[in-house]
Amino acid sequence: MPSSSEPLRAVAELPDISRLRIVRRWHVGRWLAAAVILLLLALIARAFAQGQIEWAYVYRFFAVPAIVSGVVNTVIMSVLAMALGIVLGVLFAIMRMSDNPVLRGVALGYVWLFRGTPVILQLLLWFNLALVFPVIGVPGLFEARTVDVMTPFAAALLGLGINQGAYTSEVVRAGLISVDAGQYEAAQSIGMTRLRSLRRIILPQAMRVILPPIGNEFISMIKLTSLASVIQYAEVLHNAENIYYANSRVIELLLVAGLWYLIIVSVLTPFQMLLERRFARGAAKKR
Amino acid sequence: MDAPLVSIRDVRKSFGSFHALSGVSLDVAAGDVLCIIGASGSGKTTLLRCINQLVELDSGAIWIDGELIGYRTHNDRLYPLGEKEIARQRLKTGMVFQRFNLFPHMTALENLMEGPVQVLRRDKAEATREARELLERVGLSGKAESFPADLSGGQQQRVAIARALAMRPKLMLFDEPTSALDPELVGEVLAVMKELAVSGMTMIVVTHELNFAREVADRVVFMDHGLIIEAGAAAQVLGSPREARTRAFLAAVLG
Repeated sequence: MPSSSEPLRAVAELPDISRLRIVRRWHVGRWLAAAVILLLLALIARAFAQGQIEWAYVYRFFAVPAIVSGVVNTVIMSVLAMALGIVLGVLFAIMRMSDNPVLRGVALGYVWLFRGTPVILQLLLWFNLALVFPVIGVPGLFEARTVDVMTPFAAALLGLGINQGAYTSEVVRAGLISVDAGQYEAAQSIGMTRLRSLRRIILPQAMRVILPPIGNEFISMIKLTSLASVIQYAEVLHNAENIYYANSRVIELLLVAGLWYLIIVSVLTPFQMLLERRFARGAAKKR
Repeated sequence: MDAPLVSIRDVRKSFGSFHALSGVSLDVAAGDVLCIIGASGSGKTTLLRCINQLVELDSGAIWIDGELIGYRTHNDRLYPLGEKEIARQRLKTGMVFQRFNLFPHMTALENLMEGPVQVLRRDKAEATREARELLERVGLSGKAESFPADLSGGQQQRVAIARALAMRPKLMLFDEPTSALDPELVGEVLAVMKELAVSGMTMIVVTHELNFAREVADRVVFMDHGLIIEAGAAAQVLGSPREARTRAFLAAVLG
């Protein structure tokens, strides 16, 4: 019997193709698609170039102090509101998974309330809190007029942060559930309490599942801060609006704001990758 | 004989309508190696988990090292212990799981040091030194910096044994420590357990490895349907069982 590597002689003589040249495939579809897209882009570009946009204004207002300070305020609010959202999210996710039915109920109610109402409505409610409680404080310790406390900054931070916490708590809960139950038991078997095992064993593993959606939510938050313009918080869109109220260059200033959002998102996105790498510790490498 | 290290009295546990344990009593003397055998669903794993308080008893009582577990007695009443007290009581026992349950985000060395440093608040340098000694004892001194994902099943289980030992327990519990392993890796884990038994550690081992039980165990307990059917010296229970159910089980396992 012939070895398997030896071609069978019984088959008719085959033509030798080893010296023939390979003709490159033409990929007609790709060229066609590229041509159509380029044509469309050209048409759109022409439309904008001929449309009533004074590009000089976009350039002139791109980095004026009001816009730059608006960008800074947008970044500050995004970071702080997200930080508040993550703290609340972790807290309520742990409460939701607690043995204590009261804590579970509170966590459930929190998510239900803040996920169930529009965030713009929550912002307006926080900002107008003075209508309900003219004075807030701890009796005997301190008191303040609510209008003085509930500045646009405070109202935006509370509104965006607390709303974000409701969403983040579900993301964190998904992460906690994803960790194998055996990890809790192993942590308990070396004498850890529930909280310590959460902090040392469970959360670090859950981070791998939590981080990608949190990155997503952070990008969403950067753009959500524009809603705070309705309560006079001086973020980039609010400041752009103020400028076009004065000079009527509406589209130009909206483009300025839009370009800045793109820049902020592009600059912050790589940080997510760094964080994800940090928490991939010990995960089986793809070989 | 001294007072037993572990005393189990009439322990019962049900999960819904399923009776996992229907009144189990057992003593384990310090330094003894006890193997629990039986078919799956016979209650042997539940018994082990009751000893480590991973499962709450329905009734009955367990003493470890003279201390009633799970409760404080005061004026003829039993007060359930809080989480911290239960965590403290667990320090007396080390547990080795069927599926290893190493912490995947930590190296082998960090797995061993986590308990001593975080829970026992031991000095870090001293804990490192001790962890390295333990890794050497289980034959893995070269794997200190490896993550669990880069270790074989047998190596992972040996790290898990060392992790439990790092807490300096008085009692080691093994829950089918070799049943998740490829056959060629079983030997290295059993060898570590044998060494541990010889060194005088008190061990309760739930296992299907009858040869290990025959060689290492001082006593063997056969369980079926939540009850201890037969208990005695390893040679007697495995060699000339008195109960028909034990004989049937052994015949089925040995083929």
